[in-house]
Amino acid sequence: MSARRTIEVALGTSGLDAQGLPLRAPLVSQGGQALALDAPMAPAMPEPVLQADHMLINIGPQHPATHGVLRLVLELDGETVVRCIPHIGYLHCGFEKIGEYRQYNQIIPWTDREDYLNSPGNNVAFVLGAERLFGVGMTERTKVLRVILMELSRIISHLVWLGTTSVDIGAFTPFLWLYQERENVYNLLEAWVGARLTTTSTRVGGMAADIPDGWLDGLRAFLKGFPKTLEESVRMLETNAIWAGRTVGLGAMSAQEAVNAGLSGPMLRASGVAYDVRKDFPYLDYETYDFDVPVGTAGDVYDRFLVRVEEMRQSVRILEQAVQRLPDGPININDPRLILPPKHKATSEMESMIHHFKLVMEGPRPPAGECYVPVESPKGEKGYYFVSDGTSKPVRWRIRPPSFVNLSAIPRMVEGHLLSDVIAINASIDIVMGEIDR
Amino acid sequence: MTAPLPEHQPPTSAVMGAVAADLTGMPVTPVNVPRTGAPANPTATVLAARFGASIVRTEVIWGETTVFVTRDALHDIVRFLHDEPLERYDYLVDVTAVEYRDGTRPIEVVWHLRALGHRRFLRLKVELPKRGPLWVPSIIDIYSGADWLERECFDMFGIRFEGHPDLRRLLMWEQYREGHPLRKDFPLRGRFSRAEQLKQALAADPEARYSMEELSIAEAFDALPDDMKQRLAERASHGELEDGE
Repeated sequence: MSARRTIEVALGTSGLDAQGLPLRAPLVSQGGQALALDAPMAPAMPEPVLQADHMLINIGPQHPATHGVLRLVLELDGETVVRCIPHIGYLHCGFEKIGEYRQYNQIIPWTDREDYLNSPGNNVAFVLGAERLFGVGMTERTKVLRVILMELSRIISHLVWLGTTSVDIGAFTPFLWLYQERENVYNLLEAWVGARLTTTSTRVGGMAADIPDGWLDGLRAFLKGFPKTLEESVRMLETNAIWAGRTVGLGAMSAQEAVNAGLSGPMLRASGVAYDVRKDFPYLDYETYDFDVPVGTAGDVYDRFLVRVEEMRQSVRILEQAVQRLPDGPININDPRLILPPKHKATSEMESMIHHFKLVMEGPRPPAGECYVPVESPKGEKGYYFVSDGTSKPVRWRIRPPSFVNLSAIPRMVEGHLLSDVIAINASIDIVMGEIDR
Repeated sequence: MTAPLPEHQPPTSAVMGAVAADLTGMPVTPVNVPRTGAPANPTATVLAARFGASIVRTEVIWGETTVFVTRDALHDIVRFLHDEPLERYDYLVDVTAVEYRDGTRPIEVVWHLRALGHRRFLRLKVELPKRGPLWVPSIIDIYSGADWLERECFDMFGIRFEGHPDLRRLLMWEQYREGHPLRKDFPLRGRFSRAEQLKQALAADPEARYSMEELSIAEAFDALPDDMKQRLAERASHGELEDGE
């Protein structure tokens, strides 16, 4: 395993070229051969014959580098991974089961808690599915507000990924810088919906709340400051020899393998497949926004890093367009089957009060049917599959968790690599155990 | 706080830009589709022509096409969808199952397939009568991504995927005895009492979570210290580790 590897490092001008490929230039390798151990250290005694037994090593579930309660059982030959058996389920809470006992709007808080780095995005994904099941749409203003939520949550999710992965690989500074920016987004979310992590920001047919006065100014300030922090942090890593040495060539998946394994999101795009739900199956009018989908070439950990970084830049672009086009108007659709009457009417008019009571106690009822609505979450294709039998609670609420499917390919990614590379490869998948175990 | 609602408001807007379309020009994202009666995915016609009696029926709901197929033909149909150059359903989105509250309806196993190049989405279903054997063929030889999806479905519903090389529980632990949680006859709080659940949780030892299969990988069991070997052996004799040494 000490064969010399060529290390490629992106040029200082970060990003992608006109063809959407990461800019790269070969650099001198320092891998494995830096010390000449041949002549001077010849052993005076014959080397002892080491046993060729494989070793079994257990990582997790309580290991900080597993990003949650993932457990990996590794069979090692020396330091090389021969076999990897992942174990999950330590965080299993039965979200899908609980959802069968809740009305649609009551399930939204559970979506906060599955992929908890992407709560607003999950809220939006959930109501998009529920709204198709109910056969309703959304207002123009809500549509843009939801785009803002989805892209903000993509940014904070990728920030956590970049921060924690850099800590895993040995760089601490970007973690602090990026978490500061994440804090700014959480302040924005708090000002909007009152919560930071578990936002529950949407409702079927509308939003929990409209943005407060001056909120867009806060978003504009963030959009102005954030790219600077991002570029500074990326500059720390992109051409960093340690970062490159620990990410280039690791855990590579070919495009065919990645598609066959069902990978999605940055994992799939790093392997060169330009599949993005926002482009291929657009929702929320994403086809009217001007943004690019970054695609990698090698499919290794380094490409996943480049793809995620570029996605954050594109998210900033989308957010800038969304801020510009945000129209005035109501946030809830005018559909009394779904939307509560205004409070002053519910307390003064008999009809509205009955209506309010029925909606809260019995809940809105979709027609019998089913639908699967995918969105592009930061981890990949997240879809909610609803089956309704016409009652106010779903018969089946299925989460298609992207990091679950991405993680299931980890044996193929780590086998043949070194033990220390397992940490980097595992980090590159961007797993959130809340979503995997549900 | 509440904005006044306008008198009339269209549910969804006219799209400002071009609608993304598949190869035949059909928009890929259903917008303003009726609940039933939207045009079916053309693949359904192809399947009906080729597999005839194996296609039970086709439904279109909210613009999504569902093809009900027989269990025996499922593997051939998926293989055809994956390999046929004109179809190329190269991406397995999801494998799951649905059990209805109405006890007379069969359990449905659901496959969500996607053709990345053609931008198409297809849902396959196999209906399994509740009283009959709950098994369907595994498609892990076609899509490697089916591995955990099928294991989870087995874990949650008890549906066996014949041909899966390693069909173990995934989310629940291997010694879990309460059944399959997403079945409708499974109570929300589980089958056992809280006291029993707590007792089992406290009695569980993290060391026991090494399955005997894993220990035998590296023949590590023999290399363990004697006291640990003894403890593991004792646990095995208490039935916590079954099928083991």
